[in-house]
Amino acid sequence: MTYFSESHEYVRVEGEFGYVGISDYAQKQLGNIVYVDMPDVDDDVEVGEVFGAVESVKAASDLLSPVSGTVVEVNESLEDSPELINQDANENWIIKVKLSDPSELESLMDEDTYNSKNQ
Amino acid sequence: MNNKLYDRLIFELSSPGRVGYHLPKNQFPHHELRKDVSRTKAPALPECDEMTVVRHYTNHSGNNFGVDNGLYPLGSCTMKYNPKINEEAANHPAFVNLHPLQPASTVAGAQALADELKKMLCEITGMGAVTLKPCAGAHGELTGLMIIRGYHESRGDFKRTKVLVPDSAHGTNPASAAVCGLDVVEVKSKEDGTVDVDDLATKLDDTVAAMMMTNPNTLGIFEHNITKIVEMVHKCGGLMYYDGANLNPLLGVCRPGDMGFDVIHLNLHKTFSTPHGGGGPGSGPVGCRKELESFFPTVNPYQGNFLVEMRAWAYILSLGYEYIKKVGPTATLNASYIKAKLQDVYELPIKGLSKHEFVFNGLTDKSTGVTTMDVAKRLLDYGYHAPTIYFPLLFHESMMIEPTESESLESIDGFVAVLRKIAEEAKTDPELVKTAPHNAPISRVDDVLAAKNPVLTYPENP
Repeated sequence: MTYFSESHEYVRVEGEFGYVGISDYAQKQLGNIVYVDMPDVDDDVEVGEVFGAVESVKAASDLLSPVSGTVVEVNESLEDSPELINQDANENWIIKVKLSDPSELESLMDEDTYNSKNQ
Repeated sequence: MNNKLYDRLIFELSSPGRVGYHLPKNQFPHHELRKDVSRTKAPALPECDEMTVVRHYTNHSGNNFGVDNGLYPLGSCTMKYNPKINEEAANHPAFVNLHPLQPASTVAGAQALADELKKMLCEITGMGAVTLKPCAGAHGELTGLMIIRGYHESRGDFKRTKVLVPDSAHGTNPASAAVCGLDVVEVKSKEDGTVDVDDLATKLDDTVAAMMMTNPNTLGIFEHNITKIVEMVHKCGGLMYYDGANLNPLLGVCRPGDMGFDVIHLNLHKTFSTPHGGGGPGSGPVGCRKELESFFPTVNPYQGNFLVEMRAWAYILSLGYEYIKKVGPTATLNASYIKAKLQDVYELPIKGLSKHEFVFNGLTDKSTGVTTMDVAKRLLDYGYHAPTIYFPLLFHESMMIEPTESESLESIDGFVAVLRKIAEEAKTDPELVKTAPHNAPISRVDDVLAAKNPVLTYPENP
C-alpha cells in the first residue's frame, strides 16, 4: 500500500518498512533532477521534517518525511544517476525507513485521493 | 542578442615565451623568498602579447547582453538603465586613484561624499544609521542579521535562534540566516500573495530573532498588513528585517523605517542604478535604527566599493527630491501595463494590484506543452533578455517580469508584441518554441549535463 503526503512524498509500506520517494507529479513539476541529497543509514527521520533535498535544473526542494523512523537503507544508485527519479519515481525510492509509528499513515492520502488532487 | 559567438579561451591563444612587456631590471638587492612560501612549479598562466589580449577581451565583450543592448526584464533584479552621468562622477581622477590604505587626512573629500550618501540613504529609508561597507546584497543581509544577533546577545538573550521568512521570499534570505547560524522557519502566504498573519501568529515565541520581509513582496504585492506584522513580531521580542531588493517602487513614496523595520539592506546595483551582474561590483549598504548602530560588525575593514557608491550618489543627486518620487510610479505603471496587455494569453495567478514587478504562471494554454523555459529561450531569438523564471517557487511555471522605469512606451509595446507572438507560436508551431533559441549564438544548452558535470578548469584534467 502506498500513501502520499501534501508535500508530494510517498511511502510504500511493506511490513515494518516504508520506501520513501517523491511522487510522479512532483518529479514532473521539478523537471530534470540533477542531485539528490540523502541522509545516512541509521539517521532518524521525523514526520513532516526535512530529511534531504532534490535539486533540479529549475529549483532545489526540501524533502519532508511522510513518516517517522530510522533510515535502514538509502538508494545509492541516485548518487550517480539522480535522473532515475524522472524515469520512474515510484520504482526509484530515496530512503527505506523502519517505521516507528505506523499510525502516522492514517493522516496521509491514498493514491486515488492524491491523484485526484494533483492532475 | 548577438548572433555570432566569440568562443576562444585566453589559454588557447597562449604561446610559450610570448610576453606583452619587458619589466625593468630589479634595482633592489636580490632577495630569496622563504622555501615554504615559494612555488615549486611556475603557475600555468597564459602567455600573450598585448594586442592579442585586447582583441580577445574586446571580442568577448561582444557576447555580453546588458541593459545598454536591450530590454532586460529580470524580475526582482531591477535592471534599470545606468545613466552615463554616474560614470562621469565615478571616473573623476580624484576618486579613481584613491588607495584604500591612504591616510584618512588625504581623503577628506571622498569621506564627505560617502557621509553625504549615508545621509541620503537614511532619509530615503527612514533609518537612523547606515554603513556602506557590505560589498553586495547577500553580504548586506549577513551584516544585517549579525546586527540583530549582536543585539539579542548583548541583552544576554541567547535563545533567539529562529528567523521567520515568508514562502515567497528571495532565496538569499534563508541562505543568509543559515550562514549567520540561525534556523529558518517558513511563513505561509495567503491566496492574495501576502503573508498569512494567522500562520505567522502560530510561529511567534521568545525564540524568534527576526522576521525578514520584502515589501512589496516578490509577487509585486504590497504587504497591506505590514504594521500589524511589525507589531506582532516586536511584541514577541523579535526584530524586523527589510530586504531592500524591491525598494525601487517606494523611493520617495514611503519608507521601511516608518513601517517599523529595524534593519535594512539596500542594493545600490538595483535601486540606485549602479552596474549589475557580471559588470558590478555590487554594493549592499545596511541601515538600522540609531539604537542598533553600535552593533555594526566589521565585515570589511575598508569603505566598501567606493566608486560604486559614488555612482549611486550621482544618481540620487541627479534625480533630486522632486524626481526620485517618480521612479516608483513609473516603474509600477510599466509593469502593470505589460501585465494588463498579456493576461489573456499568460496565466496571472495573483490578481491584486501590482506595486512593483509581477508574476505570470506560464502560458494560459498549457495543452501545447510549451513551458516557461521555452518561452524564455524563444525571447532570446527576438533580442530580449529573458525574465526571471521558476521563481518565486509558489507557482510551477513562474515568470517574473520587471521592466523598471527606464523603458519607453515604444520599447514596452515591442516586448508585449513579442510575448504575444510567442504565445501564438506555441499554438501554431509548438516545436519551434520548444527547440528555441534558433537565432542566438548558442542553441538550447544541455543544462542537466552542465549541472551534473561542470567543466571549470582548463585544461579539463591538468
